[in-house]
Amino acid sequence: MSAIAADRPTASPVAAGLIDELRAALAPDRVHVGATELGLYKRDASNIEGRASVICFPLTASEVQACVRIAVAHETPFVARGSGTGLSGGATPLDGAVVIVTTKMNHVLSVDTVNRFAWVEPGVLNLDLSKAVARRGLHFAPDPSSQQSCSIGGNVANNSGGPHCLADGVTEAHVLAVEVVLPDGTLAMLGGEEPEPDGYDLRGVFVGSEGMFGIATKVCVRLTQSAPAVRTMLFDFATVEAGAQTVSAIIAAGMVPAALEMMDQLCTTAVEAYINAGLPVHAAAILLVEVNGLEHSVATDVERIVEIARAHGTGAVRIAQDETERALLWKGRKTAFGAIARIKPNYYLHDTVVPRRRLPEVLREVYAIAARHDLLVMNVFHAGDGNLHPLLVFDKREPGVMDRVHAAGEEIVRFSVSVGGVLSGEHGIGLEKRDLMPLMFAPADLAAQAAVRHAFDPVGLANPHKVLPSAASCGDVQHVPAGAWV
Amino acid sequence: MDLGAFAEDVGVSGPVTIAGLGSRGGAVADVRCVHAPGGIEWIQADEMIACCGAGTPVAELVDALAAVGQRVALPDGGTVGGALAVGRAGIRRLGDGAVRNTLLQARYVSAAGEVVKAGGPTVKNVSGFDLCRLLVGSRGTLGFLGEVIVRTRPLPAASHWFSATVGEPFALFATLHRPVSVLWDGATLWALLEGHAADVAEQAAAAGLHPADGPPPLPQSRTSVAPSCVGSLTGRFVAEVGVGVVHGDAPPRSSASPAVAELGRRVKDELDPTGRLNPGVHVG
Ligand SMILES: Cc1cc2nc3c(=O)[nH]c(=O)nc-3n(C[C@H](O)[C@H](O)[C@H](O)COP(=O)(O)OP(=O)(O)OC[C@H]3O[C@@H](n4cnc5c(N)ncnc54)[C@H](O)[C@@H]3O)c2cc1C
Repeated sequence: MSAIAADRPTASPVAAGLIDELRAALAPDRVHVGATELGLYKRDASNIEGRASVICFPLTASEVQACVRIAVAHETPFVARGSGTGLSGGATPLDGAVVIVTTKMNHVLSVDTVNRFAWVEPGVLNLDLSKAVARRGLHFAPDPSSQQSCSIGGNVANNSGGPHCLADGVTEAHVLAVEVVLPDGTLAMLGGEEPEPDGYDLRGVFVGSEGMFGIATKVCVRLTQSAPAVRTMLFDFATVEAGAQTVSAIIAAGMVPAALEMMDQLCTTAVEAYINAGLPVHAAAILLVEVNGLEHSVATDVERIVEIARAHGTGAVRIAQDETERALLWKGRKTAFGAIARIKPNYYLHDTVVPRRRLPEVLREVYAIAARHDLLVMNVFHAGDGNLHPLLVFDKREPGVMDRVHAAGEEIVRFSVSVGGVLSGEHGIGLEKRDLMPLMFAPADLAAQAAVRHAFDPVGLANPHKVLPSAASCGDVQHVPAGAWV
Repeated sequence: MDLGAFAEDVGVSGPVTIAGLGSRGGAVADVRCVHAPGGIEWIQADEMIACCGAGTPVAELVDALAAVGQRVALPDGGTVGGALAVGRAGIRRLGDGAVRNTLLQARYVSAAGEVVKAGGPTVKNVSGFDLCRLLVGSRGTLGFLGEVIVRTRPLPAASHWFSATVGEPFALFATLHRPVSVLWDGATLWALLEGHAADVAEQAAAAGLHPADGPPPLPQSRTSVAPSCVGSLTGRFVAEVGVGVVHGDAPPRSSASPAVAELGRRVKDELDPTGRLNPGVHVG
């Protein structure tokens, strides 16, 4: 399965009346068909391109219902889109789909600061929500590195995670209810404020459904109390293995830090050149550890973690002395992708999870794979979760380089799964890893997933051809657009 | 663990029911009954996961985890499979989260008699649709759990119950940092605080809480309301503040909307078209 230079889905004339009906249902200025818009929305943050026929910007759930009903009446697929920061082609429109963008549905509707939850529209940006409730001592726990720009709706659809999900769990654990426009256009409230609503946990299976079970139009999210005490530590190690072993040892000692992030030397060097934070560029790996909670537990954990890091040979121990220094250390972690752009113009970010105890050997193999394919690889990742993010950096103008990038990527995914890991920890399957699903799931497992998809969407027009390889879905054609490497 | 024999027991046709230890209602009457295999496969404390047969008693898993300084967010009693299939949390839900977040991977026997895997073995995983969420709380109507991988957590250094007399629970609730459980019966509030012993003591003192022997006895019936309704409950009750589970008297619940009920029916029809799994059990 090397890179497939698939045909672009051929342009077919937009079904007569589709555009007119959408314009009548929304407003003409919120239904776009111009070449510029169609170009802008033909892919997400991955490099997988598709083709949209019309871009809609609804303001309300009933407008979303109208978009869905009109698309279905014209037998045209539809795709929900938040901010388009997805990395697996989830929001890439195929076959001239109707793109339903939630960016204008961006209001925080209500906040219950006593019971700590909020109702928000799907287009609210992740960081905006946390900022809106910060003065109440609360925040929305999932904090993807893209949190300045990704939407809550996208977080729900991808069950997104972030550095602080180690202790507090990923999006699924923070969603109480989702109002959904089902693929037949009906509106349903899945879950609720009450903790144990009757019926199957349809809310739970909707989270992570990548736009294939319907469109979220309102979300009730749990808000988390911000900790009174926070301490951020930075360690450096002479070998990547020592860093990885430190991670396992911290967890094995019965501590669950708020975050446990690792960066390798190439990455640290790039980041340091970018932000000048005084990072130890001579080290093979650095580990960013954050603990939070009440004062005594934080102090004790810092002491024990420093001890463990020393036992594993950390060179320096840097503990952020104030909020400014803490922010600087985190900036290093969160701007890694920007920094990398200075080394080579292009990067391909991978996302797999492996058992923590296998991290040293998996990292060794990742370096070996990159070397075999003559590529540069950097690692910056959620070490506490075993969630690897190998970043292949390259210049796509180099002839043949994309084939090497795709081949190396697939080897990394295969190796991760072979040591007991999984295909994706946060970015989702989308189109990118769809055809690798059989690495993890047998035909019967995939059939069960397809059955649930069929219960939500019997017609199959909600973001079709994603997640499930075609044998398990109802589609009879392989819709692999340009840029996909599956 | 080999689930071949269990799958054969379940078979491919005809009504069939499953029972654990019978502590949560047990088998459907007058239907052929099967039992999931028991036994702990492994515990990986450094990965914070454990794997066991669904027929394993919760108590057995709890004891084995305690030996390595960990625990699992399942309510006491019965079997692991039963606790997951019913999906009702214990009174530590505020701190531990819902039972549904405990299940990482399930291998279950489907209505077709096949062994099917849902989810994956790592805590973080977004590979494919999350069928584990559907299985938790499905009371054996979508598939019979055979082997599960659950998420575990370290035991806290200190864990103490406190109480205070309050006519209104929310003011005190707001002052506590991540309590593990807060219960209120209209007159007294009980709080379970965990963590570093000094933090626990300081928090309790600052909030005006006094040491208590444990939680109060819970009335038998159990339902759930929006957590904001807890302050206005009347009658005899013990309510979980910040959660909304009510033990005892509570207002009647509204039933699921037609759209949600219909979706639930479609899920059941897809996964168990002939309705052979736990016939008569209605979830919804
Ligand atoms: C630099 C960078 C860093 C990143 N870091 C992280 C990270 O740390 N952790 C992480 O988890 N992810 C990360 N991501 C990936 C991405 O940001 C997340 O997946 C994010 O949740 C996507 O949100 P979005 O609004 O951009 O969704 P989009 O990309 O617009 O859509 C993603 C998927 O959700 C569906 N969707 C969107 N809105 C809805 C809705 N209302 N209802 C139903 N379906 C919907 C789409 O159809 C699509 O399948 C990163 C991405 C980038 C570019």
